[in-house]
Amino acid sequence: MADAVLFEFLHTEMVAELWAPDADPGSGGKKKSWSVLEGLGFRVGQALGERLPRETLAVREELDALKFLCKDLWAAMFQKHMDGLRTNHQGTYVLQDNNFPLLLTMGSGSQYIEEAPKFLAFTCGLLCGALHTLGFRSLVTASVTALPACKFQVVMQKS
Amino acid sequence: MAVCIAVIAKENYPLYIRSTPTENELKFHYMVHTSLDVVDEKISAMGKALVDQRELYLGLLYPTEDYKVYGYVTNSKVKFVMVVDSSNTALRDNEIRSMFRKLHNSYTDVMCNPFYNPGDRIQSRAFDNMVTSMMIQVC
Repeated sequence: MADAVLFEFLHTEMVAELWAPDADPGSGGKKKSWSVLEGLGFRVGQALGERLPRETLAVREELDALKFLCKDLWAAMFQKHMDGLRTNHQGTYVLQDNNFPLLLTMGSGSQYIEEAPKFLAFTCGLLCGALHTLGFRSLVTASVTALPACKFQVVMQKS
Repeated sequence: MAVCIAVIAKENYPLYIRSTPTENELKFHYMVHTSLDVVDEKISAMGKALVDQRELYLGLLYPTEDYKVYGYVTNSKVKFVMVVDSSNTALRDNEIRSMFRKLHNSYTDVMCNPFYNPGDRIQSRAFDNMVTSMMIQVC
């Protein structure tokens, strides 16, 4: 069980470091930190997408890829499954996690809501990278309404 | 035991290709290239047939006079192609499968290497050594 917190602490430090006060002020600096975190998550997602599906051909179509994210990827990263997956059947999926481990330590309710999105940047990149390895180009965004629940919106891009 | 091993990316360009009798490399490159068509055929055929369990190992792609060509595809659509000497009839299906499994594991390790950019040619020495160990047992 101790292994899970190791990643949580590392992740917290990553976000703190990239949002440190001596970074370039203004919105230009903030956007760069966000994309750095997403880039980190992307590369990790690419590697995980290669390592996790074992032996059998797991992904036949889009929905299989999303199910892989919700079950296998989430279980490997956060030791739990995604709580909800919804789709409009036209390439947009909303993944709902009611107890996101990286936000769990921040408290519950509406406190710290403005700070929460930066803690989701890495995970957005992670989902995007894993999908990329499985052959799907996507755009992933995240939103928080009440900690520790959060939603990830995945929009599949037609290549 | 293998005479030529190739790793082909999703976009069908080679990430890694090596063969043992180095004087006739072009012939092997050509064989691997033609085998890609067969691989694509098998992949699309699997998609249409309603098979519950899809395997990564594709089996014998096509036999020629002197050589047999085997294929394997990963979840990220990276293909491994192996050319084996036909005269070496002692090689069983299981052994080919285990060779592909080793290849897959080594490829996964390459992917997880932070110094490797996905899509580049594979230059990892560890991968090289593993491939050498598979090719060196030639008669």
